[in-house]
Amino acid sequence: MISEVVAAILITVLAIYAIFAGADFGGGLWDLLAGGDHRGRPVRQLIDETITPVWEANHVWLIFALVILWTAFPVAFAAVMTIAALPLWLAALGIVLRGAGFAFRKEVQGLRWERLLGAIFAFSSLLTPFFMGTVVGCVAAGKVTLGGQHSTLAAWTSPTSLLTGALFVAVCGYMAAIFLIGEAASRGDHRNKRYFKRRATLASVLAGALSLATLAELHHSNHALYHGLTGRALPLLILGTACGLVALALLTLGRSTALRALSGIGVAAVVWGWGVGQYPTLLPGTGLTLANGSAPHATLVMIVAVFAAAGLLVVPGFVLLFWLHGRQMLTPAPMQHAEQPRT
Amino acid sequence: MMLLIHASVPLATAREVVPARAQMASTLGFHIILACFGIAFPTIVLAAEYIGLKRSDEVAMTLARRWSQALGVLVAVGAVTGTVLSFEMGLLWPGLMRKYGPVIGLPFSVEGIFFFLEAIFTGIYLYGWRRLSGWAHFWSGIPVAVSGIFGALSVMAANSWMNQPGGFTIKAGRVVSVEPLNVFFNRAAAYEMPHMLLAAYLVAGFGVASVYAVGFLRGRRDRYHRLGFAIPFVLAAALTPVEFLVGDTAARAIASDQPVKFAAMEYVTHTTRDAPEYLGGVYANGHVYGGLRIPDLDSLLVGFSTHTKVTGLDSVPAADRPPVTWLIHLAFDVMAGLGSLSVIPLLWLLLAWWRRRALPRHRWFWLLAAGAGPGALVAMEAGWIVTEVGRQPWVVYKLMTTAQAATTNQGVIASLSAVIVLYAVLGVATILILRLLARHWRAGEEQDSAVPYGPPSTHATALGGEAA
Repeated sequence: MISEVVAAILITVLAIYAIFAGADFGGGLWDLLAGGDHRGRPVRQLIDETITPVWEANHVWLIFALVILWTAFPVAFAAVMTIAALPLWLAALGIVLRGAGFAFRKEVQGLRWERLLGAIFAFSSLLTPFFMGTVVGCVAAGKVTLGGQHSTLAAWTSPTSLLTGALFVAVCGYMAAIFLIGEAASRGDHRNKRYFKRRATLASVLAGALSLATLAELHHSNHALYHGLTGRALPLLILGTACGLVALALLTLGRSTALRALSGIGVAAVVWGWGVGQYPTLLPGTGLTLANGSAPHATLVMIVAVFAAAGLLVVPGFVLLFWLHGRQMLTPAPMQHAEQPRT
Repeated sequence: MMLLIHASVPLATAREVVPARAQMASTLGFHIILACFGIAFPTIVLAAEYIGLKRSDEVAMTLARRWSQALGVLVAVGAVTGTVLSFEMGLLWPGLMRKYGPVIGLPFSVEGIFFFLEAIFTGIYLYGWRRLSGWAHFWSGIPVAVSGIFGALSVMAANSWMNQPGGFTIKAGRVVSVEPLNVFFNRAAAYEMPHMLLAAYLVAGFGVASVYAVGFLRGRRDRYHRLGFAIPFVLAAALTPVEFLVGDTAARAIASDQPVKFAAMEYVTHTTRDAPEYLGGVYANGHVYGGLRIPDLDSLLVGFSTHTKVTGLDSVPAADRPPVTWLIHLAFDVMAGLGSLSVIPLLWLLLAWWRRRALPRHRWFWLLAAGAGPGALVAMEAGWIVTEVGRQPWVVYKLMTTAQAATTNQGVIASLSAVIVLYAVLGVATILILRLLARHWRAGEEQDSAVPYGPPSTHATALGGEAA
């Protein structure tokens, strides 16, 4: 029973990471596609202002997910880390380049350096979601074996993996565009609002198509998971689809109310759908389940306690952070007025 | 990066344990520097802001603002290099995590909470300068400093557990029950936790102060530079005697908890009473060459009596002894030596304050102070060499060897090479960025970093031009 609770915590953490960090990574995608220096300037500025104060906090959800995974489900963790080593290294590379490129870009002066660091930030924002997607696809397609000693290319380059990787990138772009519509609206920036509405629409269609393709591909690569997704997890997938369709309808109608909530719930429903569809298997294609692959009782209790403590301490912190950010109290120019003589 | 040295040690094993260790050592050795600043720098920034607010001191406020900008860069690089370590726990050491994940994961999960709080309030503190009122802004930084401390203690709980594992039961090769409190507060935690926490404050304090000491030596002696020196330096110098006592206690505890590690640290070749102390020297083939030999001193330091029996390297088979004994010993000497030296600037400072109520004026003091930053850094890295290389061949002391923990994947040498190149670039870039910031500050231009790359025009015209 307690291992189910911990699994639910893990899925929840992954869903939160997908929504918030997904939007940050997607910001890099739109930065990459924003065009030349001049044309892209207002777009890049909005992306920069939106991501700057929050990306590190959003990033911590990944650390938390990794720690829960290795603490609660150590055998599955070790197997994934062995079989999918290469895409995980590349995802980590993306994380390092993205963070460093983003932080450095703000401090350099001179167009050439800003361009270089900006390109590193933007390009690496694609790297991480894509390769994490291939890892998830690798697990979903049942390519992770318990006895496997070596990482193979075939394990994470199956159609399921590559489709999942592309899906992750599309979802990141979608989440980012939705967040940025709201940010542009709160600044009264109609130009960017229109700009990101077009992109959100495009990304939403693309993400929907890729979801369907991935699901169809799972029919071949992992029938048990396909069965779970279209059986037990069907209500969640319907919820996710409905959220996506309503959001798309709102976008085409030019409305922007409830867009963020709808897209967030949509993504969370799909992540949860994956968990429910796969339950109680930890690694499809192996005999590893929640029952035989979980840590001892006391460890699981401790994880639930830590998560509860995080709920009490971290959630109010996040609410404060996003509340201040939403009211534009957090500005990425900490040094202004520092040296002005007081007259 | 210093930790790389022990990569050259051959270790008979099928798995690529040597490159894996080299990679862990280089990434950890790099991250730990940023971690020190992440842990202790916020306290220094807040101290400056407190002085600035309390005394309406514009100079202190300027220091706090500028430091927070440098902190922002260091925290960002620290966050991503820390993430690499989380990945490496599985990518390099799946054997360790498969078996002991449910145990060693507990302190890391607690650390997660503090990492969250640190990241959240860092976002508020770094970017709240303009719109938050003075004291509200100050208080938004307090959780950053506090969670930095507790996060560090959690990580040290995990590391000390590897040295003194406890709090779990194994049946048929699997961990079947865990007692979280005994994992967290293991035998080594009592000395490893304070030792590293204080080290972080010394590295960050002396490190920041060094910058201003160099400025002082170059003739920049205005109040801005004196205050920028005094705040971090006084904090760090005040903690040096405490660190000295903690370190001394730790060494004595290791003599009883991990006698073979201690034997390597002190060149105790044979279990003996009246063990001599070696300063320097190279150990090879069971003999110590060179170095200063002080009879009976080691026994005296371990048990306050020259007749204290000290366990030697010969107490275990050669395979269970740590490799590169000379490196462990010399690293220990460097750490202990620098630690002892660090008391001098404190005494000098106290003397000058007692006599003149001012900072010392003598050039030698400022040279010493300028060297204190790099010195603290070297001592901290040397300490990590002692504890990590000294624990070998074990990853979990006496329970699992590092070779058993290592990945079965080939090609670690490729990721190692990539990491070395990437981190070298990252390290150079971080230093260049910090120097760039300093140059702008000196030129009196405060950075308006709001706009990502665009044509060299001002904010307003660019946006206006766009709309037109």
